[in-house]
Amino acid sequence: MAPSAAVATPPPRAKGPRRRPVSPRRLPYLLIAPAGLLMLGFIAYPVISVFYYSLQNYNVTKPWRNGFAGFDNFTRILTEDDQFWPALGFSAQWVVTQVTLQLALGLALALIVNQSFVGRGISRAMVFSPWAVSGVLTSTIWILLYNSSTGFSRYLADAGIGEYGTSVLSDTGTVFWAATVSELWRGVPFFAILILADLQSVSKELYEAASVDGAGRLRQFLHITLPHLRDAIILATLLRGVWEFNNVDLLYTLTGGGPAGETTTLPLYVANTGIEGHDFGYASALTTVAFVILLFCSIVYLRLSKFGGDHK
Amino acid sequence: MTAALAEKNRTRTPGPATGDDAPPPASNRRTRRERAFDDVPRWQIYLPLVVYLLFTLVPFYWMLLFAVRPAGSTSLVPWPMTGDHFSKVWNERSFAVFFQNSMIVGVATLIATTLVALAGGYALARFDFRIKGAFMLALLCSQFIPGALMLVPLFEIFKNLRMINSLGSVVIAETVFQLPLSIILISGFIKNVPVSLEEAAWVDGCSRFKAFRAVVLPLLRPGLIAVGSFAFVHSWNHFLFALMFLSEQDKQTIPVGLNTLIGADSVDLGALAAGGVIAAVPVVIVFAFIQKWLITGFSAGAVKG
Repeated sequence: MAPSAAVATPPPRAKGPRRRPVSPRRLPYLLIAPAGLLMLGFIAYPVISVFYYSLQNYNVTKPWRNGFAGFDNFTRILTEDDQFWPALGFSAQWVVTQVTLQLALGLALALIVNQSFVGRGISRAMVFSPWAVSGVLTSTIWILLYNSSTGFSRYLADAGIGEYGTSVLSDTGTVFWAATVSELWRGVPFFAILILADLQSVSKELYEAASVDGAGRLRQFLHITLPHLRDAIILATLLRGVWEFNNVDLLYTLTGGGPAGETTTLPLYVANTGIEGHDFGYASALTTVAFVILLFCSIVYLRLSKFGGDHK
Repeated sequence: MTAALAEKNRTRTPGPATGDDAPPPASNRRTRRERAFDDVPRWQIYLPLVVYLLFTLVPFYWMLLFAVRPAGSTSLVPWPMTGDHFSKVWNERSFAVFFQNSMIVGVATLIATTLVALAGGYALARFDFRIKGAFMLALLCSQFIPGALMLVPLFEIFKNLRMINSLGSVVIAETVFQLPLSIILISGFIKNVPVSLEEAAWVDGCSRFKAFRAVVLPLLRPGLIAVGSFAFVHSWNHFLFALMFLSEQDKQTIPVGLNTLIGADSVDLGALAAGGVIAAVPVVIVFAFIQKWLITGFSAGAVKG
């Protein structure tokens, strides 16, 4: 935006005293006020209070122990808690698996539906439709599919594949991939939509020129498409990674963190500690740790990927 | 730039037939190469597409099948059909009430998010002001704050505001968490509208607000549809805020209702499926309506902006 445009103002109107225009110096503040106040009250203040609670003993069921605790909660997390590290490990495994597979499949899907072919509009609408579906609804659908007596495995067993009565959700060996597949089902369309949006701005002439020069499709993909998509991919993977880390809807309803804590992510563990265990102070300390880890990973990721670097 | 890139490709990877002095390649290879990007062999499109379509649609079909086939049936064809499961969840499981609550939350969040984000987005796109950088930073940072982890303090706030068990608490929470992305998207859209259009309207005597309404707003329609539908779908789907802030049965929303079906009554798969269909219908309709704007919306608002 040109700086001159930023300070341009409509001419004052001499239509009478009734309508005095807000001064252009104050107008932007007035415009961001609603958003700013909402975010101060319902994001900034809660964040600060999470940090504050993390230094407190604050447990609704044990009010006699409440009070300032210093860094006790944090030492407990790092040294005594035998659920923290497994939860963190599972979170990492979950985020990395989801983001990698969603990127690979989403990119492939976007490249396919970016071609022109008969039935493209309807195919796009259909393959993107799980984007609109919630975590709870995804769980609902996949619970029906994974059900041991009436789900998919039953029909496979009817056809002589596998055994009757297997539920992939209650077996520690299969639950990870069962949950992964159901999250991919709704995660891939989101990635594909973002990538497709960016794909549409690649100039066709680049491909024509490359094609005339004899570059094959693979080479065009590597030298034109991927560099063009770079920033979009970095941003989408980061946002999605944060989202997959934070989001608890699907695992909460699909597996409840089980079997045997096998699929408990860090936020799920926090939710259980805070809401079911009523241990707000400890949950806040866990939240703080999760937030720091997330922030640290994001910064490292942006540094390593050289986001916004000169490459186009 | 085109030439430069082509040049780069050529010098970096000199294939046997791409050197300047190489004879033109054999004609059939030439045609294949000319068709290279725009004309991918059909099977390379349709085969993976069909596989992916199956992966997408079979689960939907499965839910529909369970919702309409009679209890105890194992048929993979939904015939004979029954509406029993629907009438059961709608009436006995209070999905009629949940549906209404979800609609109220969804529409209120849509309106609030769009209006607040429109104001904020306009300020970011058209003004330079002192705290602009800080405001942008706050918007970006808020993306890293896990909504689920803020449940406890948010709960306390709404308790102090006496808004527990009121749909207003959910609307506020959903709006707040939709705002950052919506503001960034909308300011991207507004930046795409040339300032000169507005300035022309000012010269013609319009006030800033009137010029905005007459000139900018109509051009923003695709973007606003994308942002508004995003807000609606998110709040329709989101589960934790409603679960935490609304404890009374008749205040709850559809995802919470679905979760009770999952938890309490895992045997009644027909009811669960019917509840799922009821949850899916509005968002799928919204999605079908907006999906073509969604892609243009993203490419204008997020990527270029």
